[in-house]
Amino acid sequence: MVQSLDTLKETPSQTAGPYVHIGLTPNFCDIAGVYQNDLGTAMVNDNTLGQRITVTGQVFDGTGTPMKDVLIEIWQADAAGLYNSPSEMRGSADPNFTGWGRSAADGTTGDYRFETIKPGRVPFRDGRKMAPHISFWIVARGINLGLNTRMYFADETAANAEDPVLARIEHRIRVPTLIAEGDGKTYRFDIHLQGEKETVFFDI
Amino acid sequence: MSDMSNRKPETGAFFPRDRSWHPPAYTPGYKTSVLRSPQKALLSLDGTLSEITGPVFGHSILGELDNDLIHNFARAGESAIGERIIVHGRVLDERARPVPGALLEFWQANAGGRYRHKKESYLAPLDPNFGGCGRAITGEDGTYAFRTVKPGPYPWPNGVNDWRPAHIHFSVFGHGFAQRLITQMYFEGDPMIWKCPIIATIPDRAAIEQLIAPLDWGNTIPMDARAYKFDIVLRGRRSTLFENRLEGN
Repeated sequence: MVQSLDTLKETPSQTAGPYVHIGLTPNFCDIAGVYQNDLGTAMVNDNTLGQRITVTGQVFDGTGTPMKDVLIEIWQADAAGLYNSPSEMRGSADPNFTGWGRSAADGTTGDYRFETIKPGRVPFRDGRKMAPHISFWIVARGINLGLNTRMYFADETAANAEDPVLARIEHRIRVPTLIAEGDGKTYRFDIHLQGEKETVFFDI
Repeated sequence: MSDMSNRKPETGAFFPRDRSWHPPAYTPGYKTSVLRSPQKALLSLDGTLSEITGPVFGHSILGELDNDLIHNFARAGESAIGERIIVHGRVLDERARPVPGALLEFWQANAGGRYRHKKESYLAPLDPNFGGCGRAITGEDGTYAFRTVKPGPYPWPNGVNDWRPAHIHFSVFGHGFAQRLITQMYFEGDPMIWKCPIIATIPDRAAIEQLIAPLDWGNTIPMDARAYKFDIVLRGRRSTLFENRLEGN
C-alpha cells in the first residue's frame, strides 16, 4: 500500500442544452427583470485602451448548417497583453476592460458578435511571445463538453508565423481554420465543428 | 471583477482533464451530438497564461433575490408553484480545496417540466411566478446555496419516447478559463436517471453518480423546504514550485 493522493475527480460535464439562454442570457430570451443586464455583454467602456474591433461569425455543424442555439464565451488579454485576472502576475490590466465576453447566437441567423479590442501579445510558457489571440469556449445542445479554440488575426502575419501554439499544428493545411480575416475593424471567425473545414480544437 | 488581492495568487497550470471520465463528443444515443462532434483529435496545449487566468466576479454583481428562484420572477407577495427545495453544496478543486469566489449560474424548468423559452413547445403550462434562472458566488469556504422549486421531468424529441429526469443545469466559473464547466444536477432516487440518453453519454457509472444530489435531511427546514446537497469539483492546479514561470516578465 502507498499513501493516498487525496485527489477528487472533476465533476463530469453535460450539454448546456437548447435552453442555455435561460440561465446565461435571460434578458436575451425575454426573461426580464431578474438581472439588470446579461453578464458578458459589455467588455469595453468609453475609457478602454486599444483598437476597437468587432468579432463576429457563425458556428456550423457537420452539414454546414449554422447553429442557432450556440453560446460562445471569449477570454483575452487587454491591449498591453495583460489579463484582467487575479492570476495575472505581470502587472495590472486595463481596469476598463473585462477581458471576458459572452454572446448567444442570433436565433434566426446564428451570428454571434463581440464588441472588444485587439489583444496585445502574451508570452508562452518559455517566454516566447504568442501572437495576438482570443480564446473561445463553445457550448450548445449536442456538445457534451465545451469546445476550446483560439482566434488569431490575419493581419498579424509576422506574429502568427512565430506563434508557438500555431507552430504545433502538424497539418499545416488546418492552421487557417484559426485565423480570422478582417479590415482592422471587423473580423469574421467562423467555426466548423466537423468535416473538411473542421476548426482546430484544443485540450487545454 | 472582484478584489482577491489578499489571496495567494494561483499561477499553476491545471491538471489535465480526464476525458475518459467526461462524456466523449460523439455519443449517437444523444442524436444531436452526431453532427456537433469534432472528428479530428484535439490538440493538447499545456496551460499558457491564456488558460491559467480567467475572469473572477465580485459579489457586487448579485441582486438580493438572485439565489431565490421561488421569488426572483414572482409578483409581489406571490411565489412559484412546486416542491420547495434548497440546493446547496461546496465548490472544491481536485486537490479538495475550497474554491472561493466561484460564480455559479443555474437554470431549470418549472415544477411541470416547462421551460420559459420561446423555442419550447411542451404543453405543460408556464408558471407566471417562475422564471427559472438564478446565480450565486461561493464564499471563502467554497459554499453556495439557492432556493427553488424541484423541476419536473419533460419529454424531448430524441427517441420516440425520451424524457429527461428532473434536473438543474449548472454553469461554473473557477479562477481559470480552463476550469470553465457546464453540467447538470439530478435528484437522488429518480428512476428516470437510468433511462436518459444524455446521462448515458457519460461512460462511467461512478461519474454519473457524482451528478446525483442526495436528499439532505439535516438541512431541511421544517414546515418550509427540503434540502439537496450538490458538491462540484473543478480542475485542480499543479504546484509551481519547480516550474520555470515567467513572473515579472
